[in-house]
Amino acid sequence: MTFLDKLKTQTLVLDGGMGTQLQAAGLPLGELPEEWNLTHPDVIRDIHRAYLEAGSDVVYANTFGANAFKYGDRTEAVVAAGIRCAREALDGYRDRYVALDIGPLGKLLKPLGDLDFEAAVDCFARTVRAGVAAGADLVVVETMNDTYELKAAMLAVRENCNLPLLVTCVFGEDCKMMTGATPEAAVALAEGLGADAVGLNCSLGPRQMVEMGAVSRMIACASLPVIVKPNAGLPREENGRTFYDVGPEDFAASMQEILRLGARVVGGCCGTTPAYIAKLAPLAHGTVPATLPDRGLTVISSYTHAVCFGGAPVLIGERINPTGKKRLKQALRDGDMSYILGEAVAQAERGAHVLDVNVGLPEIDEVTVLTSAVTEIQSVTDLPLQIDTSDPVAMERALRRYNGKPLINSVNGKRESMEAIFPLVKKYGGVVIALTLDEDGIPETAEGRIRIARRILTEAEKYGISKKDVIFDTLAMAVSADSQAPQAAIQALHYIRHTLGVQTSLGVSNVSFGLPNRDFINSTFFSMALTMGLSAAIMNPNSQEMMKTYRSFCALAGYDANCLDYIAYASSVQATAYTAPAPGTKGTSQPQNTLKYYVEKGLKQEAEASARVLLQTVPPLDVINGEIIPALNEVGKGFENKTLFLPQLLMSAEAASGAFEVIRTCFGSASPSRHLKIVIATVKGDIHDIGKNIVRTLMENYGFQVLDLGKDVPPQDIVDAAISSGAMVVGLSALMTTTVASMAETIRLLKEQYPACRTLVGGAVLNREYADMIGATRYAKDAMESVRYCEEVEAELYGAP
Amino acid sequence: MIHILNGKAEGIDRREVLRYLGYGGVSDISGMEAVYDQCEQMLLPVLSPRACYALFPLRFDEAPNGTVLDLGFARTASRSLAVNLAGCDRIALFAATVGPGVDRLIVKYNKLSPARAVILQAMGAAAVESFCDEVNRQITNEYGATRPRFSCGYGDLPLTLQRNIFEALSVTKHLGITLTEGDLMMPSKSVTAIVGIKKENFSKETDV
Repeated sequence: MTFLDKLKTQTLVLDGGMGTQLQAAGLPLGELPEEWNLTHPDVIRDIHRAYLEAGSDVVYANTFGANAFKYGDRTEAVVAAGIRCAREALDGYRDRYVALDIGPLGKLLKPLGDLDFEAAVDCFARTVRAGVAAGADLVVVETMNDTYELKAAMLAVRENCNLPLLVTCVFGEDCKMMTGATPEAAVALAEGLGADAVGLNCSLGPRQMVEMGAVSRMIACASLPVIVKPNAGLPREENGRTFYDVGPEDFAASMQEILRLGARVVGGCCGTTPAYIAKLAPLAHGTVPATLPDRGLTVISSYTHAVCFGGAPVLIGERINPTGKKRLKQALRDGDMSYILGEAVAQAERGAHVLDVNVGLPEIDEVTVLTSAVTEIQSVTDLPLQIDTSDPVAMERALRRYNGKPLINSVNGKRESMEAIFPLVKKYGGVVIALTLDEDGIPETAEGRIRIARRILTEAEKYGISKKDVIFDTLAMAVSADSQAPQAAIQALHYIRHTLGVQTSLGVSNVSFGLPNRDFINSTFFSMALTMGLSAAIMNPNSQEMMKTYRSFCALAGYDANCLDYIAYASSVQATAYTAPAPGTKGTSQPQNTLKYYVEKGLKQEAEASARVLLQTVPPLDVINGEIIPALNEVGKGFENKTLFLPQLLMSAEAASGAFEVIRTCFGSASPSRHLKIVIATVKGDIHDIGKNIVRTLMENYGFQVLDLGKDVPPQDIVDAAISSGAMVVGLSALMTTTVASMAETIRLLKEQYPACRTLVGGAVLNREYADMIGATRYAKDAMESVRYCEEVEAELYGAP
Repeated sequence: MIHILNGKAEGIDRREVLRYLGYGGVSDISGMEAVYDQCEQMLLPVLSPRACYALFPLRFDEAPNGTVLDLGFARTASRSLAVNLAGCDRIALFAATVGPGVDRLIVKYNKLSPARAVILQAMGAAAVESFCDEVNRQITNEYGATRPRFSCGYGDLPLTLQRNIFEALSVTKHLGITLTEGDLMMPSKSVTAIVGIKKENFSKETDV
């Protein structure tokens, strides 16, 4: 019987702790446990055999930490020896299986840590290939604390073998993974990436696992068998000996309840021994599992939570899409990611549940920009993203890097589109938006659109994509061009939702194209579509008309218990009605109302409003030179004299940025015409970037053109960027003594390859003497001093402003 | 035996935060209170303080070129640590973290609002330090009077000892703290330290 057959029809028993057994056998503190696969194969074999005798259907090979980060070139040998020990233990048993066991790499992935996603995939892949070659029957990815690492491991497994794959994650008492994921988010990701069973292990005892809720929450949302592999309670110490506070009897009793809840694969983690499994196995083997339910959930996820379609309608924020948005186009051309991040956060605050990310402009490299936009946006918001592009290469790259189960926009009924997109949906486990159009265009009637929808579903099935992972967009077209168009879209979506049983979505705003006051039409159309079964809308969450409709609909349709969300929304609308303060004119007796004052005090919102009013009468350059720059100078002096401190300086800088942004929106450019270009970076090996970012913010405020290369940047990359941009100053930051060496190396390379360029250095470990020693042109003790230096260079090279 | 300690994040000492921000004697942060409050409100719910610690024997070995400390899990010739541990015959080794939530916020505000990023940074540092005080108190309660805690990078105690500490306490497994290639801890608001336990307390605990 194959493992998968058995998984489908029986309750399976895994093994118990390996580490506990190894310590009992004398593994010394600090020695890597997998070494024993080579040095003490007999001990490892005996441990496996004891579990098999106790009734385990599956033994985990001793390969938990056998990865290239720990074992380097010996990885393959250590993994192979681990699988061999388990295989040999299986001698004489039938229908028992060896799992290649894969644990975390012991490093955090970017952006929280320093490990690159692809480096993690490569490292896991090496272990997978070695385990498969050595003859594992299945692969287990376990004890995962981070969904991103889980994704890297699962991709490595799926790209290197077709073996069955079990995954288990660690949940704390708050029912979350260390990096914040809920059980629903973990299940969505694992199911999307093709796990054969999903569950939780380690950290808690069986009783606590039930009490904190993760077991039943997983069972409620998973369409796969659920695995539960708890510790033997919590560790205690008595008379100098460690033991876990739940014994075999109690463990089995608690596990019986877990079996009753519906877990189909059970075992033990830290502290459990063959004695525990011996008590558990007969209970589990005596439990006939219920038929696996297909939950039929259409669900996407971020690194923290899942969003489910089919309940309260889902709002997909449409603002990160350059079509018809001048300012966003400008930002994309300039590589100005901060504008895009601002839009992301604003939409999240207005109530969007998902954010659309589309960066398609003919003049930019969409493949690179889309992926970086996705990772950057994920660092400022925990909302799931809709990856929106017509370029399959850009789509694949972004899907791969996305942390979670994405929404994919889009596929349509054209053969070419389905052949390009469906394999990606299957591999990366997303939910795909399907447009009801094909080679012949968009059918005028609802019937025509439904026919295409059926064809798309049939085709998706061939790729193993079920209808729960498809959402149909029945295409809202301009009512000004065809008065029947909105009805066709709405009739089609009603049928698809209620008769085909598939979720639906619309790009609502298209309906009003060509009409004045578009929000009026949009919100009414939105409300019509909602009553007909619209599951999700791509819309503008900044539009009050749309949000009004949405909140009211949720209250009226039974999605808002006690109207709490409606009440909160309705009262906030009145509360935040914002009246711009009247700006003072220059040199009047009301200095509190000037833009200069707001910038000095770091009041961003007020500064923006004031700039907006001022710009109606004053030319932009005068606003900059008459208000913003004097304010920055004032605050800068205060900082230098220690009458005010870093956070105040930064609040002013942010207020000034806000004012500059207003000018940019009104006039397309706010450049205060400095010539000097500056490249800045935190050097290789260093991952601190707060200081560098402060310097960047201030320099931009003062009108310098700054190219920020980020943190942990190799010396040659910095030199190349300086040369290609023509920067005359390179600013380097280092926070640790150990990384001053890479700073010195960067300076050396610069002098060799680009001697005209100056170097400006700073950071906690540096001082003037140190800077001289490594050959830097200038040391700056803080951000203001960096700005002053750049002003000197500007004056020297390009004359006084 | 490795003990695990779960802490609670109840508040953040504003004075400590100002100290980290370089406010020194300055107490006037007028106009900024709301920003500090907002940062604290964002930070508190995402803090998850956890620590692990274990006891090790301590020996001073006289070698030809100076004293070598045998810490029970590693050996070091650090003079500054030897001074700190004078009069001790055991150490408690601990690792503590407030979790990755604060890093997530710092990454976010680094991109959106540098002012908030520096405040969150300082609040995270204050939070982990105050949690370390709590761990220290627990150790003192259990084993008796202790010396001030000492971390890698203080004086001449090398950062590379961090690797040994991580193995001795299985820090990654117990707390999810990882080391970067440059031996930095991630989550960044994490601390490891050696706490010397003074000799006269020996009778209280004999299990080493």
